[in-house]
Amino acid sequence: MSTRLANGGVRIDRSRPLDFTFNGRRLKGFEGDTLASALLANGQTLVGRSFKYHRPRGIVASGAEEPNALVRLGKGDRAEPNQRATTTELFAGLEAGSQNHWPSLEFDIGAINAKLSRFLPAGFYYKTFIHPRAAWKHLFEPVIRQSAGLGPAPTERDADRYEHFYAFVDVLVIGGGAAGLKSAEVAGRAGAKTLLIEQTAAFGGRTLVDPCEIDGKAGPEWVEDQLARLDGLDTVTCRTRMMGAGVYDHGYCLAYERISDHTPGDGRPRHRLWRIRAKRIITATGAIERPLPFSGNDVPGVMLASAVRDYVGLYGVSPGDRTVVVTNNDDAYRTAIALKEAGLDVPAILDARPMATNALADKARGLGIRVEVGRGVASVQGTKQVTGVSICAQAGEGAVLETIACDCVAMSGGWSPVVHLWSHCGGKLIWDPDHAHFAPDPDRPPLGADGSGFVIAAGSASGALHAGDAVESAVRAGRQAAEETGHEPGDEAAPEITVEDEQFMEAVWCMPQGADIKLRSKAFLDYQNDVKVSDVQLAAQEGFESVEHAKRYTTLGMATDQGKLSNINGLAVLAHARDASIPQVGTTTFRPPYTPISMGAIAGEARGALFKPVRKTPMDDWHADHGAHWEPVADWRRPYTYRQGGENIEQAVTREILNTRTNVGLLDASTLGKILVKGPDAGKFLDLIYTNMMSSLKMGRCRYGLMCTENGFLFDDGVVVRLGEDSFLCHTTSGGSDRVHAWMEEWLQTEWWDLKVYTANLTEQFAQVAVVGPKARAVLEALGGIDVSGDVLPFMAFAEGTLAGIKARVFRISFSGELSYEIAVPAAQGLAFWQACLDAGSAHDIQPYGTEALHVMRAEKGFIMIGDETDGTVIPQDLGLDWAISKKKDDFIGKRAQMRSFMRREDRKQLVGLATEDPRTVLPDGAHAVEPGTNAYGHARTIGHVTSTYFSPTLDRSIAMALIKGGADRMGETLSFQVDKDRTIRAKVVDPVFLDKDGERQNV
Amino acid sequence: MSDVMIEECPLRGMVSLRGDFASAAFQKALHGVTGLDVPTTRRIVTHKDGSVAWMSPDELLLMMSHDQADAVVSALEDSLSGEHHLAANVSDARACFRIQGWGAHEVLAKGAPVDLAPEVFHPGEIRRTRLGQVAVAFWMTGEDAFELVCFRSVAAFVSDWLQMAARPGSFPDVFNA
Amino acid sequence: MLILHCPYCDVMAEETDLAPGGEAHLRREATASDDAAFRDYLFQRRNPRGVHFERWRHAFGCGKWFHAARCTQTLEVFGTYSAQVSTPPDDILAKIRSRRPDWKGFE
Repeated sequence: MSTRLANGGVRIDRSRPLDFTFNGRRLKGFEGDTLASALLANGQTLVGRSFKYHRPRGIVASGAEEPNALVRLGKGDRAEPNQRATTTELFAGLEAGSQNHWPSLEFDIGAINAKLSRFLPAGFYYKTFIHPRAAWKHLFEPVIRQSAGLGPAPTERDADRYEHFYAFVDVLVIGGGAAGLKSAEVAGRAGAKTLLIEQTAAFGGRTLVDPCEIDGKAGPEWVEDQLARLDGLDTVTCRTRMMGAGVYDHGYCLAYERISDHTPGDGRPRHRLWRIRAKRIITATGAIERPLPFSGNDVPGVMLASAVRDYVGLYGVSPGDRTVVVTNNDDAYRTAIALKEAGLDVPAILDARPMATNALADKARGLGIRVEVGRGVASVQGTKQVTGVSICAQAGEGAVLETIACDCVAMSGGWSPVVHLWSHCGGKLIWDPDHAHFAPDPDRPPLGADGSGFVIAAGSASGALHAGDAVESAVRAGRQAAEETGHEPGDEAAPEITVEDEQFMEAVWCMPQGADIKLRSKAFLDYQNDVKVSDVQLAAQEGFESVEHAKRYTTLGMATDQGKLSNINGLAVLAHARDASIPQVGTTTFRPPYTPISMGAIAGEARGALFKPVRKTPMDDWHADHGAHWEPVADWRRPYTYRQGGENIEQAVTREILNTRTNVGLLDASTLGKILVKGPDAGKFLDLIYTNMMSSLKMGRCRYGLMCTENGFLFDDGVVVRLGEDSFLCHTTSGGSDRVHAWMEEWLQTEWWDLKVYTANLTEQFAQVAVVGPKARAVLEALGGIDVSGDVLPFMAFAEGTLAGIKARVFRISFSGELSYEIAVPAAQGLAFWQACLDAGSAHDIQPYGTEALHVMRAEKGFIMIGDETDGTVIPQDLGLDWAISKKKDDFIGKRAQMRSFMRREDRKQLVGLATEDPRTVLPDGAHAVEPGTNAYGHARTIGHVTSTYFSPTLDRSIAMALIKGGADRMGETLSFQVDKDRTIRAKVVDPVFLDKDGERQNV
Repeated sequence: MSDVMIEECPLRGMVSLRGDFASAAFQKALHGVTGLDVPTTRRIVTHKDGSVAWMSPDELLLMMSHDQADAVVSALEDSLSGEHHLAANVSDARACFRIQGWGAHEVLAKGAPVDLAPEVFHPGEIRRTRLGQVAVAFWMTGEDAFELVCFRSVAAFVSDWLQMAARPGSFPDVFNA
Repeated sequence: MLILHCPYCDVMAEETDLAPGGEAHLRREATASDDAAFRDYLFQRRNPRGVHFERWRHAFGCGKWFHAARCTQTLEVFGTYSAQVSTPPDDILAKIRSRRPDWKGFE
């Protein structure tokens, strides 16, 4: 049974005990523990159930590569599923629970899947749930969804906050083991601005636990000295709890800092996502030990040999009393020795290699440990806990030679460098047959903006597994990074390393070599997704030969651990099954993030009220105080309507329309784009931008204009005002101001840079208020200061002066068909002017109206709305706007496209008005007009769709506009709109101008 | 401990001036009205009555007291008559914030993709970039002190964003370590 | 995420400060063009694996358009330059040739 040892544990502080709970049980740990070490210290070896077969699973690893020990942490608004116990720091009051089981961890109904496992091989779901088709939606999918997924998603809003941070450095060193510490020192000493990040809470990596001396000092002592040296360098910043998550183009790196995961609720942000731009990135990310594929290698108690050593050395925890070590390399002997030295029993070391004549083996033998060479594990006894191993000849088929009682198995299949960050941005790998791993190919690194490599691998992450080679490579990497960032490194030597020599490992991809199907079906490659040796072999047999296909078919490496333990073993099995070499099979693509990062960190500050900027007009507060029901219009918020008393929204809109048509209404039109275009060539330029002729516009007059894209499609409209000889004010749609301004600048900068024109986007400089209705003139007269009589200020004219004591421009334009003025005042005085209008209008029953009333009133007049009547495929001619297209101009943007044959077809969809047969029936927006019969595909024959549709209070009937094929020639026809399976609305094609076709209301 | 004050500045006079920086008439007009020369790339120059900032190769932002802006526009128009230019009062189109105190750099570094290290970003430089999702420009007015302008419509958003970023206990202490 | 040098602001601007604008050095076909030429102008874009010329705008910065010569395969940037030229400047072409001796040149 796993337990806390009386001594040892460089990471823990035994004077600071901590209470925590697991599945409600109160347990004790120490400061410095991970949740995993604390669970083992409390004898909790069973920590979860596997995803597919619900097999009992225990802790396998001691770091980020852990596939099994995924737990639920916290509760309520701090609940989070699928957290790795091995990377969770223990804190007082931590609450953890196991997942993926029902009703309990110890007794799980889903474990029936394990009994059925031979009926649930790779591809089972693909093959099984195909017929009958309807069953997928109604039967299979709901059942699978119920059982799919690991921990349940939190139901409450996240209580924490998150943030981003930008950093710029010469050299980023990822990984704070001996190599990273050394690289950072070399780069920093040379003067390079260096950031060193370490994903765990402590620097040192394996140096803290592996027996070796650096410069004559024990590992932990050297780490302390080294940190002191770095502390003395102004150029170097060291940070812990910060993981290199992804490396991207041009030296960009995302790093994930876990600020307060171990101190929840202390007021600090929980996570910070660093957006680092580095000239050079050193990946000193270490190496990960591989499991050995033998039957029962997933039984709780079977662990990586290095992890066993970590628990003993770092946390003073013994994963078991009797540990059998099984290995194909020398390093695992260190685990056996460490266990023995900690007073624990090691019944045997099973070495798959035919001989073990190295120094470590001699040392082990010297300690009295039985070393069996050429041996492997045939099978593991026990279900929820290892009780023993049956040993066999590695070269054989699994005939059991002997069974050894034990409660822990420490396995080592060799080491794989962590090449993820090297590979994210295109760094290539080479196969090292001696160590049976892929390592970064220094000749093919990821390339930066200047075309040179910007990532340098160091330490065991570069493939240098021997400690001496690792620190040497780290010094080289630090020097290289310093030089390539314009600094001159000193000539310091690599530290002296004293460590036992090792003989080569021997790759083992299946244990025993000739294991039969029964053994192979229990030899797990991917623990989290329950992928076994037999599954990968089946995939190859069924033709999924590409590693990418085999991965997706079997789900190998697709779990939350992204195959950190399983990938190399899996592709070796695939290569073997295909009779190909491992480099021929190749790896799957390494994609960021290195381990899962929180959604909160990705969002950063952009949550809640800061999720997205909301643009507000100068009168926004007033609207909010007066019952505004908001509508988002591009990034703006605008009042849709203002509710009074107990009105519902529809009643409020109706009231606003009728009051505006009868008395006078007030609209906040500040969101309209306002672009100043000025220069000797301004008229000429606007003639190119607009379809209309703008150069001929007289001073003081306004003209409605259309803008098309080079494809000929209408994309914005608005009123252009000639302010002076060489200056024009162009109004755009509310959503279009930035786009149109950028559009104008694009043409001026990139095509017609000879034109003398400057533009300025003045949208936000002005508040704009529309005073609309039969009594609008009376209101402006009451404001006083500008003569707004019909003679002085006729329709489509503009005047400048002072209204109500505020500097103002008055445009007599109308989007409602009423007598209407739009008044622009400096934004800071917008609210004052709005209030002045309300005061002056109170005698005339003035009421504010919102965007819905605006929409209805413009539709009553048949005015188009960009985004309703246009959708990026509509040309002005489709909308009957030929009158706004100049025939005199040689060129304007879109003119050539509108000459293309398809644009001239008479059966294009054209704008029509629609009057439903029943005047109370309002067509649904977007409803399709259908003709009898079906098309070639058996579908309804659609001839167009409704673009705007309202009930008009003014006309007391429904109105609509639609784009209908050949609509211009269909006047008087009755069309059918199928709005539901058995409901059709019939409507007559009419003129889209429903109200006051002659414009008498506005020309007063 | 953080100690960053975020405050919105009172309305400030701002004039956008576009023209040919190389033209003697332009330089003369600017000098005549502001007493300042055309700033070089990304510079902001200040005197007692205001400042002039480089916004793009053909655009400057002139800052003065709010009630002066219209007069400045008129004066520029007069002295640049006949010269192709654009001068517009944009005082009300923008909001201005002061970010001051130990950690001011760190507040901005949470949202702006700009190297703000003291050896890189100095007083006298204006940077147009983004803060989170909105366009801003900022410059240093002293040690640990910045001014930032954004569009008026997003002033509340920027204010909330800055307050959030300046909350105590949330600084990585990179610049002030 | 790319970083490009804005030739106007003289800063290295990251991609989030920029807006892409597609292929550079297109020649606009106006009213007098025939259907084929106009079609090519509207729709036909190069998509080379290797040296490419692109338009970018320093959208959150000075607002100016500039051109970038870039390798689409390695993301190496050969240089950025004014948008107000109809062919890439000589120094950019020389740089590309030195880095990509096999490059067949600007067409």
